[in-house]
Amino acid sequence: MNEALWALGRGTGVVALALFTMSVLLGILTRSGRPLFGLPRFALTLVHRNVALLATAFLAVHLVTLLGDSYAQLRLVDFVVPFLGAYKPFWLGLGTVAVDLLIAVVLTSPERASVGVRVFRAVHWLTYLIWPVALLHGIGNGTDAGAGWFIAFAVVCAVAVLSALLWRLTGGFAPLGSVRADLTQGDQNRTDPKRTDPNRVERNR
Amino acid sequence: MTAPRSLLHIDWTACDGRGLCTEILPELLARDDWGYPLARTRGAGSDVPVQERLLDAASEAVALCPRQALRLVLGT
Repeated sequence: MNEALWALGRGTGVVALALFTMSVLLGILTRSGRPLFGLPRFALTLVHRNVALLATAFLAVHLVTLLGDSYAQLRLVDFVVPFLGAYKPFWLGLGTVAVDLLIAVVLTSPERASVGVRVFRAVHWLTYLIWPVALLHGIGNGTDAGAGWFIAFAVVCAVAVLSALLWRLTGGFAPLGSVRADLTQGDQNRTDPKRTDPNRVERNR
Repeated sequence: MTAPRSLLHIDWTACDGRGLCTEILPELLARDDWGYPLARTRGAGSDVPVQERLLDAASEAVALCPRQALRLVLGT
């Protein structure tokens, strides 16, 4: 039984990381304001939310199944207060930090209307901290961290999130960004999107 | 035809033209060249009349607006 719970705890941890990675990617895509694969923007927002909730559910199973583990020796306090663990307290603590911050994100998200966009966004930015901390927890604490498949999985996740983040920081991130930048420059000739949008210029020729 | 009494209010200071509302309410809102919503009702400006059958979609648009720039003012 203990063996089965241990396997479930490991598996759900890996699945949670995969789903959180997807959620971060979808969140960045949502912010870019672009549709994808024929899915409209509002649908992407909902997929982002649902993938994040699914990841959270897997994370809950990850915590509960490892509670009784004879190796990890988790106590309930380790779910909330970091770095008190009996086994690898630092790496376990990183997982606890991620859980604490994630609770804040999960609680503020459905309350966006009441807490306001600023608070929602400030708390949501924590995910950029949560994700790498969770990855490090997996690498440092995971039973399978040395396995080839896990290393490959971690590398794929890291490359995906880093690429998305780099894209997020580039000028071409938002599709209408350049049109609006021209607008704020106050140059009358360039404020007309019919002239700034290359597709339109081509059609006019 | 009776005039629709509910209004979808657009807060232009908050709007960033992300385009979610124009996808959810294509009958009410078009998208201008900069991505901002544009009422299909002439002269509607910031308060777009919403027909009864579109109220659910309008509430959805209010809930999903990334900038919380929409408000639904229900007619009495």
